[in-house]
Amino acid sequence: MLLGPSLGLSAILFSLGVAGVLLRRNAIVLFMCIELMLNAVNLTFVALAQLYGASGYIMVFFVMTVAAAEAAVGLAIILAMFRHRQSVDLQNINLLRG
Amino acid sequence: MINAVFWFFAGVAVLSAALCILQRNPVNAALWLVSTMFSLAAIYVLLDAQFIAAIQVLVYAGAVMVLFLFVIMLLNLGHASSDIRGPSAVAATVVICGLLVGELFALWRYTPHRLAAELAQAGPFSDPRAVFAAGDIARQEAQVRGVVGVIAAPLFQTYLVPFEITSILLLVAIVGAVVLAKRNV
Repeated sequence: MLLGPSLGLSAILFSLGVAGVLLRRNAIVLFMCIELMLNAVNLTFVALAQLYGASGYIMVFFVMTVAAAEAAVGLAIILAMFRHRQSVDLQNINLLRG
Repeated sequence: MINAVFWFFAGVAVLSAALCILQRNPVNAALWLVSTMFSLAAIYVLLDAQFIAAIQVLVYAGAVMVLFLFVIMLLNLGHASSDIRGPSAVAATVVICGLLVGELFALWRYTPHRLAAELAQAGPFSDPRAVFAAGDIARQEAQVRGVVGVIAAPLFQTYLVPFEITSILLLVAIVGAVVLAKRNV
């Protein structure tokens, strides 16, 4: 059934995603780490769907849709940002800092 | 046998994810993330979710990561300098992620038997088959209707309204991406 190992693996992958978000300054790598966290959550849903039936798979569907929409809009924002600053380094982006 | 395959792909997934967050070059990071996603697809097959595995490869490894690579190459970020934060951020990361792993690692001990026993709360039903009847029913249904049928029926019946809202979300995302990526914003 592999329930426990799947949940543990998902925990490790999610933590690695959080580590990436905290560690990196490149906006695109940051987005990739968010995708990694969403993938870890999907693994939890699939592992528990073995016990709870097909609802887990439906949730994975919706998470994937939201992830795709988020990637499209986020990358468009990064593109617009790059045009203004010639950089995707988050250190150079301080428009909202008072 | 299944266990060995699972541990192999779990190892590959964790290693690729670690390399993804430590690679300086964004292109390399994206390719390691693709490797993680493929390993996760293999694990989904082991967990009886063949359709989700196919969608994972098509949507994540196929569409989303190609979009990422496209933007990286469009902006010519292939030879970026190191962008890993300073030692204070590294220390904060180690502390926060250590706590997170410690908390979430409690999940490792869960077997279906233990989860069933905790959910039934000292009742006589600690048999997972009795507590989680839905999973068994879904598995029997998958034998009859196929893996896709099991997902399609609730998606277009129980979850029809969320499904339609999803299409609105995608429309908004398309319009938003086009407007944001226009030259004169």
